[in-house]
This record gives sequence, C-alpha cells and structure tokens, in this order.
Amino acid sequence: MRYEAPSSLEEAVALLSGASGDARVLAGGTDLLVQMRSEQIQPDLVVDVKAIAEMRQIFCTDGRFRIGAAVSLAELAEDAALREAWPGVVEAAELIGSTQIQGRATLGGNLCNASPAADSAVALVAAGAVARVAAPAGRYEAPAEEIAIGPGQTSLARGEVVVSFELPQPPAHSGDAYVRFTPRTEMDIAVVGAGVVVSLDESGVCVAARVALGAVAERILIVPEASETLVGTVLDAADLERLAEAASAACRPIDDKRGTKAFRVSVAGVLARRAALSAFERARRSR
Amino acid sequence: MSRLRVTSTVNGDLVEFLCEPEQTLLDVLRDELRLTGSKEGCSSGDCGACSVTLDGRLVCACLVLGAEVEGSSVETIEGMAAGGELHPLQQTFLEHAALQCGICTPGFLIAARALLEANPDPTESEVRYWLAGNLCRCTGYDKIVRAVLAAAAEMRAS
Repeated sequence: MRYEAPSSLEEAVALLSGASGDARVLAGGTDLLVQMRSEQIQPDLVVDVKAIAEMRQIFCTDGRFRIGAAVSLAELAEDAALREAWPGVVEAAELIGSTQIQGRATLGGNLCNASPAADSAVALVAAGAVARVAAPAGRYEAPAEEIAIGPGQTSLARGEVVVSFELPQPPAHSGDAYVRFTPRTEMDIAVVGAGVVVSLDESGVCVAARVALGAVAERILIVPEASETLVGTVLDAADLERLAEAASAACRPIDDKRGTKAFRVSVAGVLARRAALSAFERARRSR
Repeated sequence: MSRLRVTSTVNGDLVEFLCEPEQTLLDVLRDELRLTGSKEGCSSGDCGACSVTLDGRLVCACLVLGAEVEGSSVETIEGMAAGGELHPLQQTFLEHAALQCGICTPGFLIAARALLEANPDPTESEVRYWLAGNLCRCTGYDKIVRAVLAAAAEMRAS
C-alpha cells in the first residue's frame, strides 16, 4: 500500500484518478482503518486529505456555512456559530461513537462510508446540505442525499472527492433537530434516525419542512409526504400523528440484529414526531 | 515498498521513526518506539485501551496511521507522570482501587486527563459520557468515575 498526503485538491484528485487498483480517500480513518484491519478492503493507495486546507475549515458567509469534509466532529462541535445555526447537525455529530472517535471522524467520511444509519449524514440531508465535489473534469455540486446511494456505495466516480458541505442560510424562525434510537445511550449505531428542519412564519405556523430518515432503507430517505403534513400547521397532536404515519409509510427497512422491520417502521414515526417537536421548539425560540 | 520516514513529537521529545504505510500509530508506539503503555484491545476504536492525544485531541491510536502523525505531537501514558511524581489522576486511581487487571487503565487515564483539561469540574454524568469509549471489564466503572471526580476536585483545589 502507498500512502500520500497531498496539500492540494488537484494533487489528490490526480493521485486518486491515476491510481491502478483500489484507491481510497482517508479523512478521519475511523471507518477506513477498521475496514483495512478486517481485510474487508485492501487498498493499493490511500490518499490522506487532511493536509488540504480547504477540507479542514469552517466558513460562514452571509449566514451560509461551508464545512470542510475533513473537519473532525470534535472541531465541528466547538464551533459556537454553527451550533447556534444548525443545532441538529451538531447534535447528530455528537452522537457518533466516542470522544475518541469524534476526535477523528468527519462529515465527509460519515457520508461517503455510505451507511444508511450515518447520524450526521441524516442531519445534513434534512438540512438541505449541498456537497461540493472535486472531480478530474472540475468541480460540481450535488445534494448530500445523492452521494450515498446504498450500503457502502456512493455516486462518486473514480478520482472524485467530497470537499465540503454547504448549508443554506436558515430562514427566520427555523430550527433543526436529529434524534435516533439505540439500545445503549452511547457507542451504538442508530436502529432508526430522524432529522427534521422546520421554518415558521411570524405567527408560528409551519411554512416549510424537511424530514429525513436513517436506517430504514438502503439509503437515507428524504420524505416529502412527511414534510407536507407539517406545512400550514402549528404541529399539534393530530398533525404530528399524520407526520408519524407518513414517516412510517415511507420506510422500507431490513430485519437485522439491531431491529426488526416492524420495529423500525414504528419507531421511524415516533422519532420523526420527536425530531419535529424539538425542531419546532428551536424554531419558535430563534429569531 | 520502502518504509516511510516520519518525524513527530512524542511526550515532548522529537522522534523520528520508519514505518510501513499500513502500520497504525499504535503499532508504531508499541513495536517501533517500544512505548508499550498504550494497549491493544479491539483494534477497531471500540475499547479505548490505546487512547492517546494527537495535537491535544483524544484519539484511538489504533485508528490513526503512523504516517499521519508527521509533524504532530503525540502524548501517551508514558508522559503522564512528571519524573517520579504521579499525575493526580494516577494517584486517585490507586487510592480508589480504580483498576484491577490494568489493561484499560492507560487509556482511561489519558482520556480522563483530556476531560479535565476541557472541563475541570465535570458532573458524574459528564465523566461517564466522556469515558463511554473506554471499556473496563473488571471494575464496573464506579471506582473509575469516583477516582476521576476525586482527581478533578484535587486539581481544582491546588
């Protein structure tokens, strides 16, 4: 195996696209090194992207955040302005692994590892994050939900690297939240996760919403039918019941050791409701 | 494939080592630098026995490649006592019998020190959450948590 740590994106893309054999991007390494150790993968080339400045920085311009794909989750959680604007994204990042894992793991890695249960990726999808990708032919942008398309599978072509995520400026009176179900309080993988963003008008009526669900399909689901149940409402009990039903109806989960299909379908509704309530509370408090 | 030449600071000393690209920081610490205080438990980032700090950030040495620490500063359990003087955490771990077999202890100590640097007055709950990535199969954790809280109190008082 060859290890490279280029300091420019151009170099990283050239290395990845020019490599013969299996070439992998190394960000935090908390998934990649485990897969290498267990011999699930045996890369010929590993390109460490942490020396690329653009991938390590968080910028905020006119309320829009641009988060480098290789920023560690611990660094992310220390950004007070980001926490203020997108508390749901930060709370999702803080649910991943241990303190040690959060010291290394990244948003880019969590998304590109392409687990449908990736906590931060669900929150990013709910937030409407756009992934900025460097490719051999140049740069392009894609909604975060289009990057991870199946377990361990991404839409990225050879030589392509997710550079950063752009989070839109939240409209006035907006809030986001992420909640998940795990049997343990820490060090676990979501059986189901739900991310919700709501925006309210001056009188507290929901004018826009996005609902994303994790671990209930082969990829993270964005559920417009669930979002629609919230628009025009003040999220009273009946509205939340309709939200829960729509969220459950969208699920197409598998049975596995962490949960049965029936359990996941039911819990997805419960979590969508809880995330919506938390997002709603935050939206009411926000300016 | 030739070995990589890496320069970093380990426990304050400038260190130069050669490593294979696949070798983890834990492999390098134990097998190349002979610093065997960091333990190998799971090799998958679940148990925390290999906890070290990398540029001040708590990490699992098993999930970092040796090559990744070029130009960085690594702190291991070997650097925790100042000369013959134990760190307050090491002292309270002894006083509270917060260890039995001892395999998890270096990781707990490094993780607890990182906690107290970030938060000198943690609640019991904060200690438990922070240390969730450190597994101990002997003590049942209570003595460890009490030792960390006692060290925190002592460090605040001094």
